[in-house]
Amino acid sequence: MSTMIRLQNITKVYQMGEEQVHALRGVSVEIQRNEYVAIMGPSGSGKSTLMNIIGCLDTPTAGLYELNGTNVSEMNDNDLAKVRNKEIGFVFQTFNLLARSDVLHNVELPLIYGGVSSHERKRQAKESIARVGLTDRSHHKPNELSGGQRQRVAIARALVTRPSILLADEPTGNLDSKTGEEIMGLFDILHQEGNTIILVTHEEDIAAHAHRAIRIRDGHIERDELVTNRRVIQQAVHLSA
Amino acid sequence: MEFGEILRLSFAAIRGNKLRSLLTLLGIVIGVFSIIGVMTAVQVLQNGIESGLSNLGAHTFQIQKFPVMASQAEWLKARNRKNIDLRQAEYVASRMTHALYVGIESFDNGETVQALSGEKTNPNVTVFGENPEGISTNNWTIAEGRTITAADDRSGNRVVVLGKDVVSKVFPRGGAIGQEVKVDGVRFTVIGIFEPKGAALGGPNNNFVAIPLSTFMAYFGGNRRSLNIMIKAKGPEYYDDAVEEARFLLRTVRKVDPGKEDDFSIFSNDSMIATFNDFTKYVKLGVGFISFISLLAAGVGIMNIMLVSVTERIKEIGVRKAVGARKANILSQFLVEAIVLCQIGGVIGIFVGILAGNLAAMALELPPVFPYDWAALAVLICSIIGVIFGVYPAWKAANLDPIESLRYE
Ligand SMILES: Nc1ncnc2c1ncn2[C@@H]1O[C@H](COP(=O)(O)OP(=O)(O)OP(=O)(O)O)[C@@H](O)[C@H]1O
Ligand SMILES: [Mg+2]
Repeated sequence: MSTMIRLQNITKVYQMGEEQVHALRGVSVEIQRNEYVAIMGPSGSGKSTLMNIIGCLDTPTAGLYELNGTNVSEMNDNDLAKVRNKEIGFVFQTFNLLARSDVLHNVELPLIYGGVSSHERKRQAKESIARVGLTDRSHHKPNELSGGQRQRVAIARALVTRPSILLADEPTGNLDSKTGEEIMGLFDILHQEGNTIILVTHEEDIAAHAHRAIRIRDGHIERDELVTNRRVIQQAVHLSA
Repeated sequence: MEFGEILRLSFAAIRGNKLRSLLTLLGIVIGVFSIIGVMTAVQVLQNGIESGLSNLGAHTFQIQKFPVMASQAEWLKARNRKNIDLRQAEYVASRMTHALYVGIESFDNGETVQALSGEKTNPNVTVFGENPEGISTNNWTIAEGRTITAADDRSGNRVVVLGKDVVSKVFPRGGAIGQEVKVDGVRFTVIGIFEPKGAALGGPNNNFVAIPLSTFMAYFGGNRRSLNIMIKAKGPEYYDDAVEEARFLLRTVRKVDPGKEDDFSIFSNDSMIATFNDFTKYVKLGVGFISFISLLAAGVGIMNIMLVSVTERIKEIGVRKAVGARKANILSQFLVEAIVLCQIGGVIGIFVGILAGNLAAMALELPPVFPYDWAALAVLICSIIGVIFGVYPAWKAANLDPIESLRYE
């Protein structure tokens, strides 16, 4: 197994006026290719902060972050944008789709910034939409889709550039449990296809899909362990709309 | 990211807020409209004056009692001048050495021309009395038949050359040459027809006839009228000398004391155009200033709306950054949007301005004008406004923090 993510003593301090908020207090962790990791912990423990740093949306206050062997913690804005574009697929709790654009354009978006030609872009976006089973919704706007469908669009968008890692911050947080299961089934398939997945969740049920659970409390890693009783949805879930 | 994609985004954003965009555009439209409208109208008038004067050919000038395009006071003063009579005009004509032609002319407005068949014009025809050279200095060309000859003038023949408008009224079925017509009740033989000329501002259009000067003097009370002298110099290099020569000769024959100013007016196409340009310069300056102010105000409006637009789209900007948009991508997206907004306003302003300016052309029956140079300038100015007032909002958008933008509600 090759090391994909190496975090060494990562800290993140937010300055709130006089007060300093220590969101991360020295996190060190390594994640290998094709791992399936759940990050858990109470609210405010620093899970999202960690995910944002891993996803290059944010930079640590101190510490070393190596992604695929390159030091990301010292990159400038443009290089970070490029890493986000090529290496990372991010899925958010609140979907974060462009409301005015249809499914196809939303999924195309990373390819537009990646400089992929229009024709090739359409082809790859359609392929990605097909993988999440939304081909017949390609020309719908997000507000014409259910929550589960929106999250599948977000996943298609995250996958379209074939990133090294798929990051998901509470991807089922805004979904009912049945739809949540559907989305988790999709992640399970993506993992079986060789993707590296890191997801944040509050729920043990959701975390049980992963191989490894990292528990955070007050900006520290409290526990880092293998998941014993995994619930893998082996059968492809019913992905109809 | 290709430029086409950025443009597509801009149009989508503008279309997404049609009413707001339109209201924002209005300032630009008005600013550009006032520039283009006035410049078109001025150009129309300028063309009108040029073609109105085109009866004076190249390096030709005219001497007459009254000044052209003068203030009322100057005109009233000129009323006290003596008429230019035939003796004076012939004195000048016979002594000019730098002249190719010296035309002598008088005219009378509001006459009726009638064929023996009974077909007649409205009482609005201009009758010109011309010596033979006057036909040349007026730049008139004969389409059919012959021109007025020296013999016609010497003998006071009752012959007439008709303008196109008169021909179509009086001889709608053709065959005018050799026929008799009555001009103000006097019988004339038609000897020729003039080539039609473009309609001219304040000029006679083609609704005129020309008869020998001597005949005109005899039948149209020519002795009461002041004559016009039209002089065509031998070439451009003789023009200034010819003007001086004519001035000297006329002052001599009119016994103007040295040191006193001319008691006649000399003008040419160039001098009239210069007078007109002098006048329009102030109009242009005034309109330019007003347009500048309104475009400035419009620019501030654009900036305001772009700032609102950035605030409304913070989340969108966050999403774009999260999937890999660079600062430059976001910057160009918002900058191009501001420029496109300005350009749409500019294009509407140009279109409406040209339309309005050419209404003047239609009213004056002049050919329409498309001021390419001003239109190009307007497009350029709109781009500059878009850049100046769009750059700050775009810069603000580009520098938003991705995480905070995504979290923004
Ligand atoms: N932009 C910020 N400015 C100041 N403090 C912040 C900021 N973002 C996060 N924090 C603080 O950092 C800490 C960690 O926040 P984080 O969002 O990572 O928690 P979390 O584990 O994701 O919580 P939740 O489960 O509720 O999403 C919290 O105390 C939070 O208040
Ligand atoms: Mg969180």
